[in-house]
Amino acid sequence: MLSTLTSRTGLQGLIVYAGFVLIFLFFAATLGSESFLTTKNLANIVLQTAPATVMAVGLVFVLSAGEIDLSFGAIVALAALVAAIAMRNQPMIVGVLAGLGSGAAAGAVNGLLVAYGRLPSFLVTLATMGVIAGIGRSISDLQSIPVISPGFISFFGGGSLAGIPSLIIWTLAAIAFGHLVYRQTRFGAHVLAVGDNPRAALVSGIKVARIRLSVLILSGACAGLAGLLYAGRLQSARYTLGESDLMTVIAAVIVGGTALNGGKGTIFGALVGSLMMGMLNNGLILMGLSVSYQMIIKGLIVLVAVAISLRDPNR
Amino acid sequence: MSNPVLQLKNIHKAFGGVTAIENFSLDLHSGEVVALVGDNGAGKSTLIKMISGVHPPTSGEILLDGQPASFADASVARERGIEVVYQDLALADQQPVYMNLFLGREPVKGPLRLLDRNRMIAETEALVKELDVRIPSSRATIRDLSGGQRQGVAIARATHWAKKLILLDEPTAALGVAETGRVEATISGLKARNLAILIISHSLDQVFRLSDRICVLRRGVQIGIRETAKTDKNEIVSMITGVGQ
Repeated sequence: MLSTLTSRTGLQGLIVYAGFVLIFLFFAATLGSESFLTTKNLANIVLQTAPATVMAVGLVFVLSAGEIDLSFGAIVALAALVAAIAMRNQPMIVGVLAGLGSGAAAGAVNGLLVAYGRLPSFLVTLATMGVIAGIGRSISDLQSIPVISPGFISFFGGGSLAGIPSLIIWTLAAIAFGHLVYRQTRFGAHVLAVGDNPRAALVSGIKVARIRLSVLILSGACAGLAGLLYAGRLQSARYTLGESDLMTVIAAVIVGGTALNGGKGTIFGALVGSLMMGMLNNGLILMGLSVSYQMIIKGLIVLVAVAISLRDPNR
Repeated sequence: MSNPVLQLKNIHKAFGGVTAIENFSLDLHSGEVVALVGDNGAGKSTLIKMISGVHPPTSGEILLDGQPASFADASVARERGIEVVYQDLALADQQPVYMNLFLGREPVKGPLRLLDRNRMIAETEALVKELDVRIPSSRATIRDLSGGQRQGVAIARATHWAKKLILLDEPTAALGVAETGRVEATISGLKARNLAILIISHSLDQVFRLSDRICVLRRGVQIGIRETAKTDKNEIVSMITGVGQ
């Protein structure tokens, strides 16, 4: 009975929940109700995690299809900057479309090179990460660009609907939409098939190249939305946005139970993994650790996550 | 006998200047199992690829139900009712049995076009029961199955979608004795479904157990076709090797 349970969910499927609870208990015990265990702080964790969770949804699709995206962190900054620049003298909707569009376009460039240029996604997105980061720096002259549209700031940042903060609504929407598409549509099934066995997918009539293109566009669009959420919350855009999210989000998705080499994943696991990484971030700051130690500890967590992912006995 | 399901007429295939198949002709009738035998490099796989639409023949005709068939690619052949069970099975190992059965052809329901899992599971259950493929559950993951069970799933998938013809490429090459027996029983059961079956096998014992006719290829040349009941292993072996004729 236990063996059928673990073979269906996999070891990683359970690790994320155990890790989440353990880290929560650790910070609750060491930091207590003074700083960590306050409603305000816990709510803050969820709000701060929103952009990473949105990126994680896109990355689940990319990894499940057997590809990788290393450029989404750079796309976050590009999309935020493009949106902020567009809103200097254009209405909010133009900024939103420009932000999302630039994210999707960057993803499309990745996707075309991978799907039709037949280049490995690791190298393509490693290269475009640099290119996109450079474009972000160039269009902003290394300056912060303020976002002054009150509608945008409310919609993507500090506003709320029926008492629920908009960042939480965006998180829930991304998770619900991602889960529906991933688990309940033919597209989701084909993504998994392509990542699992591309030859089998091909001889089964699945358009393998189109799936590869689609997941990278989706990842770019998710990163674009994440950029808008940052711009809304911070009321400005800066080329450094998303820089530190690359490792965090990859870790969140893998800890959440998505296989690094395709064919398997979960959107809910990515949400829990993302919240876990956010909690870790928050707790380490509250413990007074310096940024350098935060980086070291988070790096070690990624290492453990990858080790667990690759040690799956059913693989 | 009824009209042939598949007719190959004077098929010739060359890759560049190298002739792979020379003047090959074969009629396949529904309810019939034909075995294709020959040494490595005799052209068996090339023939399978032409019939399944992967490569077009250089010259000659492929007729399906008497109509000339030109398959632009493998998906066209599939739409016309030809299914292939590949040697590597072409299964997605981390997905459940029922998703593999419907790979690329998943049914959907409702205005949102969501996957109809219940229907896939129900049809899979019915099919594996009918074909007597013994798997623990249609929700089992492929990688948790034995080699024979995987082969059973691959054959079940072909059976589910084939309307006319199933091509089997070395269906038991990787299996043990007991599992080979189960897979052979499944293949024998397919004849009752009135499908034409073309099987490639290196095991002459198996060929004699399963087939109605045996077609021998040697270095791209069609050596002959024999009725299984009217020939013996010695004759087939000498046809394959060219020794002792």
